[in-house]
Amino acid sequence: MTKVSVDGKIIDVPADYTLLQACEEAGAEIPRFCFHERLSIAGNCRMCLIEVKGGPPKPQASCAMSVRDLRPGPNGEPPAMFTNTPMVKKAREGVMEFLLINHPLDCPICDQGGECDLQDQAMAFGVDSSRYGESKRAVEDKYIGPLVKTSMNRCIHCTRCVRFTAEVAGTGDMGAIGRGEDMEITTYLESAMESELQGNVTDLCPVGALLPAPQSFRARSWELQKTQSIDVMDAVGSAIRIDTRGREVMRILPRINEAVNEEWISDKTRQIVDGLRTQRLDRPYLRENGRLRAATWQEAFAAIAAKVKAAPPDKIGAIVGDLASVEEIYALKNLMRAIGTPNIDCRQDGSKLHPKFGRASYLFNASIAGIDDADALLIVGSNPRREAPVLNARIRKRWLRGNFPIGVIGEQADLTYAYRYIGAGLESLDPAAVKPPESCKKPMLLIGQGALARADGAAVLARAMDVAKAGRAIAGDWNGFSVLHTAASRVGALDLGFAPAEGGIDALAMARGGVDVLFNLGADEIEIASGAFVIYQGSHGDLGAHRADVILPGAAYTEKSGTFVNTEGRVQLGERAAFPPGAAREDWAILRALSDALGCKLPFNSLNALRVALYRDYPHFAMIDQIAPGAKFESMDGLAASADKTPFKSAVSDFYLTNPIARASAVMAECSALALGRARQAAE
Amino acid sequence: MLADKDRIFTNLYGFQSPGLEAARKRGAWDNTKTLIDAGKDWVIGEMKASGLRGRGGAGFPTGLKWSFMPKPDPARPSYLVVNADESEPGTCKDREIMRNDPHLLIEGCLIASFAMGAHACYIYVRGEYIFERERLQAAVDEAYAANLIGKNNVHGWPFDLYVHHGAGAYICGEETALLESLEGKKGMPRLKPPFPANMGLYGCPTTVNNVESIAVAPTILRRGAAWFAGFGAKNNAGTKLFCISGHVNQPCNVEEAMSIPFRELIDKHCGGVRGGWDNLLAVIPGGSSVRCVPAAQIIDCPMDFDSLGKLRSGLGTAAVIVMDKSTDIIRAIARLSYFYKHESCGQCTPCREGTGWMWRVMERMVEGRAQKREIDMLLDVTTRVEGHTICALGDAAAWPIQGLIAHFRPEIEKRIDSYAANPHSDPIRMAAE
Repeated sequence: MTKVSVDGKIIDVPADYTLLQACEEAGAEIPRFCFHERLSIAGNCRMCLIEVKGGPPKPQASCAMSVRDLRPGPNGEPPAMFTNTPMVKKAREGVMEFLLINHPLDCPICDQGGECDLQDQAMAFGVDSSRYGESKRAVEDKYIGPLVKTSMNRCIHCTRCVRFTAEVAGTGDMGAIGRGEDMEITTYLESAMESELQGNVTDLCPVGALLPAPQSFRARSWELQKTQSIDVMDAVGSAIRIDTRGREVMRILPRINEAVNEEWISDKTRQIVDGLRTQRLDRPYLRENGRLRAATWQEAFAAIAAKVKAAPPDKIGAIVGDLASVEEIYALKNLMRAIGTPNIDCRQDGSKLHPKFGRASYLFNASIAGIDDADALLIVGSNPRREAPVLNARIRKRWLRGNFPIGVIGEQADLTYAYRYIGAGLESLDPAAVKPPESCKKPMLLIGQGALARADGAAVLARAMDVAKAGRAIAGDWNGFSVLHTAASRVGALDLGFAPAEGGIDALAMARGGVDVLFNLGADEIEIASGAFVIYQGSHGDLGAHRADVILPGAAYTEKSGTFVNTEGRVQLGERAAFPPGAAREDWAILRALSDALGCKLPFNSLNALRVALYRDYPHFAMIDQIAPGAKFESMDGLAASADKTPFKSAVSDFYLTNPIARASAVMAECSALALGRARQAAE
Repeated sequence: MLADKDRIFTNLYGFQSPGLEAARKRGAWDNTKTLIDAGKDWVIGEMKASGLRGRGGAGFPTGLKWSFMPKPDPARPSYLVVNADESEPGTCKDREIMRNDPHLLIEGCLIASFAMGAHACYIYVRGEYIFERERLQAAVDEAYAANLIGKNNVHGWPFDLYVHHGAGAYICGEETALLESLEGKKGMPRLKPPFPANMGLYGCPTTVNNVESIAVAPTILRRGAAWFAGFGAKNNAGTKLFCISGHVNQPCNVEEAMSIPFRELIDKHCGGVRGGWDNLLAVIPGGSSVRCVPAAQIIDCPMDFDSLGKLRSGLGTAAVIVMDKSTDIIRAIARLSYFYKHESCGQCTPCREGTGWMWRVMERMVEGRAQKREIDMLLDVTTRVEGHTICALGDAAAWPIQGLIAHFRPEIEKRIDSYAANPHSDPIRMAAE
């Protein structure tokens, strides 16, 4: 710790603090544009200049100088800096004037208005008028992809976006060309950015130069209602803020959660918004003579009741999809128990993870923040860049720090970091062959659904566990065995035991015709054979609804309060930001009403009552934002070994179209088409 | 006047061959092994005692700079980088060294690298210096062939020398931008601290020196620090290449003792000012980046760092630009402003935005199409650029204008008055290049 004096106030800060951090510690606000906590230091905006005593008689960039570079006073006084002297005031006003001379005065029509750093800081640190009488610079707008609209006249060249794509996203999509006042930020050839995290540049941009294109001219920031929630597009559970106006979700922004997403979200998380408006199921439907017709809730329930009563309990089944919250899964499980069927499953992709192997066997045990501590990584059957881009950025961040050997078994893809490619399939997953270096204390094994969602998934799981044990990934306090899920609902459902009990059949068997009545709670990634009577409950008209005989319109994740458990087992609460359209209702309430119609009324009349029951049965769901400790492995002995040589394939082939909401989104479709075009071009 | 026997650059005008054979006859590579055998402490001590100040413009004592290099560490090799990106308008001294006396530079590189424990040295040659690069490369090849440098050279200090050709950006003459460019990145200055002596080329300890500073080192060591220190005023020792251009009768490059009075320098070597001394208007004594000095102040001023510093100007690279009374001084400075606007790298705000602003106002002042209050505004803008940027280009862009306003304000006001006195519509503006 070093003593420094800020505006005469003596504080004690670590020597590696920058002057900017030290000043903030002392309570002095320092304006900045180019500085960002999670990016490298550029020091180019010159807004954070402060006066440092003992140095050269000119202001210093406080973001770029560390406390240890300061010189103490002549009699050993702590180094002194000042943030409120005439020199600092002049420097700030000067820099602000320079920034504004070529910045257009189009705040009234700029979407950044109201949440613009330049606006705010010009008010706080600028002068009230400009002395610039020359013509302003005009810069052509660039095409940099469908998600980011550019207005390059507004650019102040802070290079945050350039540093983001180079450092965090790892694609290096953006850069600056030209020199001096002709410098322009671009993607060089004006091609679309390739990163799955590119939307974050719109948050990073301190001015209105990079704006989210789909939200262009649609809302002003101050008219929006802000709701803190949790994302369900992947199993990471990124913290998001849903901004709504009236009934409509206008945009989705990241919230900071150091343990999960830091402050990034993927493009799917961010730009799914238009998918929430289209293809919505807003009333119940009934299939009559092969055609679906709009129906009332009573008609729908009556039709279901007739079919359920006619079928023997073991010929009734239920499948849970990828976007369901814990509450409705719990309600569905209770309903199925009341009916008396063992056929329940949440693994529509055919994954062989099962609660009977212990909770630790299906969690990302190392935890996402734990990636920062790990010192070696083996990726098995996963493409984290497509399955969880934010988590992939975390891996890249750790890799950039060095001393982080990464091995991959499965697809050989561009993951934005270098790795050793070991092999394609199970035969490469050999405990003797893939050991991490001896010096590693915390090696990690990341296994994806690509390795587990196959007929021999359980054998692969067992083999991976052997590899993890042999490689010291499971040793002492450290558990580096990490399952990367792709479905937001999956861990919660497995925690609830929503998997076939003794004598029950799994999702694939049910879909192949193993049951007469199939209750489908939002499972749209599974092909259901003809024959069975299918009840589909969900929010979007997708694969599941097309096959359904009865459709019950449910709420999307932005329209209900629901618990989601992310891939590490962290219980998080999503909040309702809007209301379901038309006759659609929250899913737990539909199940509660249906249970009444089926004559086995569920014992809760409100969400609160449901949660009381839920927390009583499964206490760990009450630990919001935490990971319940003590996850254990159960024995996996007695599993047949597998000799299947099929290569592991990532569970996600198209990042942009993994769920019904994404498939309803025109923006995602455009992104997908672009990505497909790039892949084709690369293949040529 | 400097005696011929005291000249370091004896082939400055290329009357003899730049080749190794001729260079040896002139004294290069003479007894280099003895100098190296004397040890690095002796070399650095002699350099300090000689009082040599860096010849690239800032005038930092060279011996002191060399002594900043940390102890050799096998994990982090030390590097010497020679700045031959000579792009300062008016300056052409390094050009002549590389063309005609390249072996002095190569020998200097060896000795300087030895003194700072570097086994590799890079010479970064300005992009436009194609002929110079060829001459220098030929000399390097000769030195390798004669085993004067290389892994197992006759001097017993393993040493490799690389000539790197830049792409022609003024900013790459800034030492950290030069390092970035040498690393293959965009030539944009780095933040300091850390200084190159700690984190330079590829993150390793690096010293960046001007061509002239390095090229004079072998002769200083051969003839002794006292000999070199005997020239010039106190604290401004040695001989120096002056590049005199502009309105003199015979513009030339010449090696002279430091602190030679301006009048003597011009009269002896350039045949006097065009039209006589009464016709002298102003002088920019150190390359385009320093403030100009009006005739009355410069005529008897000794040409060295401290004396010119007292005039709020500087010796810079000793590129003396002489302007007689036929010069449109406002236009001359406006042209310099355009240069800095064109060469600003665009990284940091005050320089990127300020150089363009200053140039545009200057252009109007050339015509007189301005308000008198704008003179003070322009001066204020220069002070908001100066000292607020990452590198010194901001300062360099501000100083010529500050010099102009300090010494020639009446001239600007007269121009504005005459424009206002002749009412006419705005001239048809041509697009700016």
